[in-house]
Amino acid sequence: MALFGSSKKNYSTITVKKRDVPDGLWMKCPSCGEVVYKEEVAANLEVCTKCNHHFTLPRQARIDLLSDPGTFEEWAGNIKSVDALGFTGMQSYVQKLEANQSKSGWDDAVTVGGCKLNGRDIGLGVMDFSFLGASMGSVVGERITYLIERCTKEKRPVLLACASGGARMYEGMLSLMQMAKTSAALARHAEAGLPYIPILTHPTMAGVMASFATLGDLIVAEPEALIGFAGARVIKETTQQDLPEGFQRSEFLQEHGLIDKVIPRSELREQMSLILDYLCDK
Amino acid sequence: MSAQFSLPFESPVHKLESKLKELEAFSQEQDIDVSHEINNMKDKIEQTRNNIYANLTAWQKVQVARHPNRPYTMDYIESMTTDFVEIHGDRIHRDDRAIVGGFAKIDGQKVMIIGSQKGRDTKSNVETNFGCAHPEGYRKALRMMKLADKFNVPIVTLIDTKGAYAGLESEERHIAEAIAVNLRECFNIKVPIICVIIGEGGSGGALGIGIGNRILIMEHAYYSVISPEGCAAILWKDRAFSDQAAEALKITGKDLLKLKLADEIIPEPQGGAHADLQKASENLKLAILKNLEELNTMSAEEILQDRYNKFRVMGEFEGSVE
Repeated sequence: MALFGSSKKNYSTITVKKRDVPDGLWMKCPSCGEVVYKEEVAANLEVCTKCNHHFTLPRQARIDLLSDPGTFEEWAGNIKSVDALGFTGMQSYVQKLEANQSKSGWDDAVTVGGCKLNGRDIGLGVMDFSFLGASMGSVVGERITYLIERCTKEKRPVLLACASGGARMYEGMLSLMQMAKTSAALARHAEAGLPYIPILTHPTMAGVMASFATLGDLIVAEPEALIGFAGARVIKETTQQDLPEGFQRSEFLQEHGLIDKVIPRSELREQMSLILDYLCDK
Repeated sequence: MSAQFSLPFESPVHKLESKLKELEAFSQEQDIDVSHEINNMKDKIEQTRNNIYANLTAWQKVQVARHPNRPYTMDYIESMTTDFVEIHGDRIHRDDRAIVGGFAKIDGQKVMIIGSQKGRDTKSNVETNFGCAHPEGYRKALRMMKLADKFNVPIVTLIDTKGAYAGLESEERHIAEAIAVNLRECFNIKVPIICVIIGEGGSGGALGIGIGNRILIMEHAYYSVISPEGCAAILWKDRAFSDQAAEALKITGKDLLKLKLADEIIPEPQGGAHADLQKASENLKLAILKNLEELNTMSAEEILQDRYNKFRVMGEFEGSVE
């Protein structure tokens, strides 16, 4: 760094730029590189107004998108993650949880509940990657299992917006077993003849993919979402293979016949409602 | 099996063993009777080994579980069963040799035995892909389970894998779906299922054949959501912390019993299963037969409910969902 000097004057041009583009109003789309107006993007369901790049849709906005106004009632909201292993790492699990809770205002990585979608009673779950990478701890597994079990009892279809980096390491094997628990509940939901549709959003990986995210009657995904089991870096390291263009993206999965349909966010609500019409109305 | 390979923490034993050799050579050369000293030395070796194996850390157990001489599924099938009829392939793509299985009899009792298989040399390691199954391996396992279910034969799975194979073809043939479908379908199987972690229980790849009414674990096996190395690389940013990660992840039989994720620890012979295959097999066989006997008294309905209840309560949190 000394080569370039340390005078703060060097950075004065940035301050001028900042005045031109007030912080928080505009953003640069990482996909097309265009500068877009944040409010416009938000109003467009967090989809780039120039190139249709799908940004992360915040949890509440996702719930609002997939439920009729005022109908969402949260279920299993009273459970809290605990540090069952007494995890001894660089940072404690409790610290990690508290940091994520205060940053996000949510208590854990998933919200589930009952609501109506175009007048139909459904169960809805929304996973939130911004909370600890939507990793699957006991609370995440329990809420999803409860959602499925209650919907089996109440004969509701289930929509589950998935996102996850995988297991929650801080909960060790308790985390892994949530894959089994949620899949068990889905076996019974399916046995009852009820529809379940996971909606894969960016990114949905690892343990979540190897359980409830791929157990749908239909599996749908948002455009360009990263979807897979092992991370691309791990695959490269273990196999030294060159990975093809678009590997593990929604469109790649659809081409390979692994998912049913890529649905742009602007059509998601209507498409889900229509598909449920086909699956529910006898 | 050759005894060439040794683990670093076994070095006190090896030092004593080389001293013993010297002593024996000396005795022969000089024609002096040192049988008393030799016996003392043998006792000391035995004691030292037992001490080491009784106090293995989590990371040391991982080393034992990966010992190249550790018995694999086919070793147990050969030593503990009779009339083995191997079954091949997923009927779609190929016969994945990382998961093997078929009908067998344990003390005359019919079972479908399915397990991970590793290799011992380059050729067999290529054939078994080092015990890491592709999607077709999991689909083959499910096919065998459904076959057993149809003809009312209880199922035993022996788990020993680093994990499902992470590769391009694996993803293209949908490894995630293959595992997920196994998880769900195993809750519809009406015959008893006993799962035993005999070596490495590597995350989702292990769980893919790990849904049962009983989950048993061999004394020096481990079962983990991520490899200690992987966890260390992510949470400590350095693989050198694998021993700490192994400790923190709570992956040993004792840990799993405490977390109510496993039912029973199967004792291993002195010096680990690789030291005495016959004894290890005997212990495994006894544990399987005992658990089968209990499960065989249950109706199909009870078996299904038992398996559901078992996994339903896994997880720890504060508060109640209702």
